[in-house]
Amino acid sequence: MSRIGGPGHQAPAAPSLLAVSALPPPVIRASGIRKTYGRVVALDGVSFEVQRGEIFGLVGPNGAGKTTTMECLEGLRAPDAGTIAVLGLDPFRDAAALKVRIGVQLQEAQLQKRITVREAVDFWASLYPAPVDAATLLDQLGLRDKRHAWFMTLSGGQKQRLFIALALINDPEVVFLDELTTGLDPQARRAIWELVRGIRARGKTVVLTTHLMEEAERLCDRVAIIEHGRVIDVDTPAGLVARHCPERVVVLSTTDATARDRFLSVPGVEAADAANGSITIRGRTASLVADVIQCVSTHRIPVTDFRTAMPSLEDVFLRLTGHSIRD
Amino acid sequence: MNGLWPLTWLEIKIFVREPLGLFGTVGVPVLVFLGLGRLMSGAAAPASPEEAFLRAGLPVFAAILMAISAVVSLVTVIAIYREGGILKRLRATPLRPATILVAHVLVKLLFAALTLAILIAAGRRFYAPESPMQVIRFTAALLFTTCSLLSVGFLIASVVPTARFAQPLASVVFYPMIALSGLFYPLSLLPPWLEAVARAMPLTYAVSLLQGVWRGDPLSVHLGDLAAIALVFLACTALSARVFRWE
Repeated sequence: MSRIGGPGHQAPAAPSLLAVSALPPPVIRASGIRKTYGRVVALDGVSFEVQRGEIFGLVGPNGAGKTTTMECLEGLRAPDAGTIAVLGLDPFRDAAALKVRIGVQLQEAQLQKRITVREAVDFWASLYPAPVDAATLLDQLGLRDKRHAWFMTLSGGQKQRLFIALALINDPEVVFLDELTTGLDPQARRAIWELVRGIRARGKTVVLTTHLMEEAERLCDRVAIIEHGRVIDVDTPAGLVARHCPERVVVLSTTDATARDRFLSVPGVEAADAANGSITIRGRTASLVADVIQCVSTHRIPVTDFRTAMPSLEDVFLRLTGHSIRD
Repeated sequence: MNGLWPLTWLEIKIFVREPLGLFGTVGVPVLVFLGLGRLMSGAAAPASPEEAFLRAGLPVFAAILMAISAVVSLVTVIAIYREGGILKRLRATPLRPATILVAHVLVKLLFAALTLAILIAAGRRFYAPESPMQVIRFTAALLFTTCSLLSVGFLIASVVPTARFAQPLASVVFYPMIALSGLFYPLSLLPPWLEAVARAMPLTYAVSLLQGVWRGDPLSVHLGDLAAIALVFLACTALSARVFRWE
């Protein structure tokens, strides 16, 4: 990060322990959180750190422990063991001090059926010492025309935008968004993604949960994959894919009978299977696609169709857990 | 109690927007009172036992009805708010948990006071209060009683599993209490075991207090009733504080 080696700072030439300690302190540090309900272990030693200004995703299937983790960070639940620091505060012990500095959107939350949008935002604003301007916020979230509408008359997307407004009303440093786009249609979902990117652009840190791999991949700077109350891995989506699912696949159609052998001789190609006039080429090198194109061009192989298949976070999850996230 | 008045005001506005809820809380006690009151209007002296009851018992009956409908409405609204995650969402704000609940109690007390004011205004033809002091004492006694019954409501709201059960359960707990409260039938005429049951119910003391105050007793005569009602309030509040569920 550019903060290391800023003006007046003597950065070591090579990464060392000194460089690591010079990183800004994380906004959130969770270590070894445990939470049990009776005999059910909801969280079994969850640890991760969130840096200032990033969109951090807790990703996993329903029941993995995402929401419990989130509610421990928000101070709504006390963990049985482990320590949490959010903005340097203990969420449960320092709840009052923390609540004015964070914004919260809860999973499947409702408001009073007959509260109007404007009333909700104004009331929330009255609870904080330095709220942002309510009218501007409603404008930014596209709710200006709905400000006199009752909560019960809003669409799913409008309700979620209102909850985002309530989470932002106190100009928080960290925003927690729990299953923000669940139940929304793809168009509303994309609009919400844009809003979340806008929150990051204002310098805030966002922590969100999702069970949608596409959402995590497109929206999050880093994700923690959670399953059975444990964090399996934490990295950028691209980093997770590169480490766990490095395979690249190119599928092309050609009538050239010699093509398969030519592809097999391309460096990095591990397999090339021909079937029904198309060839499936597999490899692990980052330059696989370019190398195959180079080969097609060099040997003037007549190609009528060309597709690539890149592994996604979905494949990473499958690889790490042995099952699909939808199971 | 930062945020108490804004939340109370907000909940008042929201409550008024639901026509059925408003009718149940304000309309039903007033209609019962006026309907029964008409039956006896014009009679100079009680000619029958029914009329004697209407003369002496109706104001207390209407007041008790009002208190109970406030409690049932409180249990319902708390259960709905919990099921919808509204309580949880409010708890994620800097509001103190007690503020959220006290706001609902204030709303119910306010509408109880409003209903009582309508009853007094509408009932002037049948029941001219003897003195302003009587009205003030009756109002104070009723609000005190309602407060205590609301704490019982909180205890019920703590244990009801879903919003669907809240209203029926609260009704089943409270309305039958009226029958044994001594309002229609003197406690001394009940079989001993049933009298014991009646003595264990907060409503019995509420009825005794309200009847006495209506007759013009000074409050000092009813210290026992006041103590019992206060005890119920303290016990239920302390218990609710331990078992109340926010989600």
